[in-house]
Amino acid sequence: MKYIDEFRDGDSARHIAANIAAEVQPGKRYSFMEFCGGHTHAISRYGIAGMLPDNVRMIHGPGCPVCVLPIGRIDLAINLALERGVMLCTYGDTMRVPASEGLSLIKAKARGADVRMVYSATDALKLAEQHPEREVVFLAIGFETTTPPTALILRDACARQVDNFSVLCCHVLTPAAITHILESAEVRQLGTVPIDGFVGPAHVSIVIGSQPFEHFAEEYRKPVVVAGFEPLDVMQGILMLVRQVNAGKAEVQNEFSRAVTPEGNVAAQNLVSQVFELRESFEWRGLGEVPYSALKIRPAYAAWDAEVKFDLHYKSVPDHKQCECGAILRGVKRPVDCKLFGTVCTPETPMGSCMVSNEGACAAHYSYGRFQAVALINIDQVATR
Amino acid sequence: MSTKKNYVRPIDFKHGHIDMTHGAGGRASAQLIDELFARAFDNEYLRQGHDGASLPLPTEGRLVMATDGHVISPLFFPGGDIGCLSVHGTLNDVAMSGAVPLYLAASFIIEEGFALADLKRIVESMAQAAREAGVPIVTGDTKVVEKGKGDGVFISTTGVGVAAPGLWIDGRQARIGDVVLVSGTLGEHGVAVMSLRESLEFETAIISDTAALHTLVQTMLSALPDPGALHVLRDPTRGGLATTLNEIAKQSQVGMLIHEADIPVLPQVAAACELLGLDPLYVANEGKLIAICAPDVADTLLAAMRTHPLGQHAQRIGTVTNDPNGFVQMATCFGGRRVVDWLSGEQLPRIC
Repeated sequence: MKYIDEFRDGDSARHIAANIAAEVQPGKRYSFMEFCGGHTHAISRYGIAGMLPDNVRMIHGPGCPVCVLPIGRIDLAINLALERGVMLCTYGDTMRVPASEGLSLIKAKARGADVRMVYSATDALKLAEQHPEREVVFLAIGFETTTPPTALILRDACARQVDNFSVLCCHVLTPAAITHILESAEVRQLGTVPIDGFVGPAHVSIVIGSQPFEHFAEEYRKPVVVAGFEPLDVMQGILMLVRQVNAGKAEVQNEFSRAVTPEGNVAAQNLVSQVFELRESFEWRGLGEVPYSALKIRPAYAAWDAEVKFDLHYKSVPDHKQCECGAILRGVKRPVDCKLFGTVCTPETPMGSCMVSNEGACAAHYSYGRFQAVALINIDQVATR
Repeated sequence: MSTKKNYVRPIDFKHGHIDMTHGAGGRASAQLIDELFARAFDNEYLRQGHDGASLPLPTEGRLVMATDGHVISPLFFPGGDIGCLSVHGTLNDVAMSGAVPLYLAASFIIEEGFALADLKRIVESMAQAAREAGVPIVTGDTKVVEKGKGDGVFISTTGVGVAAPGLWIDGRQARIGDVVLVSGTLGEHGVAVMSLRESLEFETAIISDTAALHTLVQTMLSALPDPGALHVLRDPTRGGLATTLNEIAKQSQVGMLIHEADIPVLPQVAAACELLGLDPLYVANEGKLIAICAPDVADTLLAAMRTHPLGQHAQRIGTVTNDPNGFVQMATCFGGRRVVDWLSGEQLPRIC
């Protein structure tokens, strides 16, 4: 596969790994948080953690859109599908997020709710137009990457007056979450979460640009390297962070220059601000209420806002008592520190949201990394070829 | 007095549809069986015209029996349809014990309103697949359910075969140090079916690999001085290579180490998977097998596989390791290591 294989090349990877190993200073700590689930996935899937020196530690951040959805939000969607008879459309992974009373959207579907998995927001609007007799609701989730497509269908629904369609908006904002982590007691006062730099988001930055991260570099003195989701991008991003730490710098650098510009996609930003406005506060799973960290639909589009249309009221629901998703999302704990991990909580029976999507820290570690807890097979001792 | 000669109007296979009478056991049922199923599948056992077929016993060896329900959607896909798939699927299940398949039985659950033209096309495809495999469909059954209670047609097939005396090939036989082989490129069936799915239609030249593997298995067995050196055979259908290797690792209480660089995947399948967010290791195959054998016969077996049209692109992909945790590990092209876990959840529903 041209264009992709180049970013997964083993020889280049070994070359970068050798550079990282040569440039890290022994005794110095390099703790980097990769914000995005896409990076978490790449690190686990390609075995990147095992290619880094011991004093380079990757901390998984809260950038998995499915993981940060609180139970109460899924409950709203389940209620719409089970009690109000709507056709509820959403992206695949959202279907398995655990909600109240042991339910999830996929379990609600088995109980007779009409829940549809869609590959794009446009498909949800299409379904509404194909079924004018039904109320169709799109459960919209995600960071800045998935927000423009939702804005687009809201604009289209309004223009075409599709009045049996509405959106349950759960879109959240990356910079607000990063600020929240940097302001947390664990990072600021206790120092239990050492963060020496960030691998900045890939696809999010295509939309919002690299400029919003300047604030973190200046205000909090943390280097940020915006990096792509391919494994070589991640390796190169880590090398660039190591170099900044060594030089005592805190700048925003752009490794993903083939797609990201400082100002981002202005057309998408304009569309988003035409349809959405800031929500005063939004509850994140793991982070709690975070002010101005999410979007809501503007009053001009209220007719397509499911929260208005169905008079929905959000109710916060606590996570399972022993579930450590919150601490894991803040980087305070690792998946293996959770008592539920790998016992009652597995990808088949997720208790917490981090075990649902393969971008979640727990699912990624369970699926790709858990052999690291046992003795590694020495590849040279096995005569395979 | 003369009786007027019976005239039965032939079934209209061009424009007709299945109705409830076709499953009621009366004249309409009998006519459908005569004009469609019996004609297409015709063989000496079916001609007995009895609900149960009387079959000669094999002179030696063990009987191997397998059954498989087919609920694939869509019914017709690039490279095949539910008809040939339902023959291949069951033949392969029998063949994975090292057995020679002898007979097939087929049961149809058809939805009221289903087009007879489509049914005919499916039945003829089954008949052709059975003929090509040299395995007769010796008995069958037809039921009709009300509209909305089925999805076109479901086909359940059962196969019986015979394995040579003393030959034990099954998922419990993998031993530490054994070599893992695959018979060809992975993921074509799943991607071909996926390309037709609602809201996902994309143009592709990828066709399903659906095929009967029993002759490949016999070629492999006859190449070995001691067929007992072939320990495990399995076809990586739903859940793909990854899930199948995990099943075997669990059953045999061993680990596996595979090498990503050696796993054959067509570039167009890899590209489609990339686009759809799928991993080819988890995508279904319907004409591929995994073989696990003693290390000293691996080269012989691989060479034999490559002489067969269905094994031309066979590859050695890894080794069976000592791991009480039963992990399947992969050395990635990138240079790292990771677990290749069981498929979790539902990647592609109704793929076979």
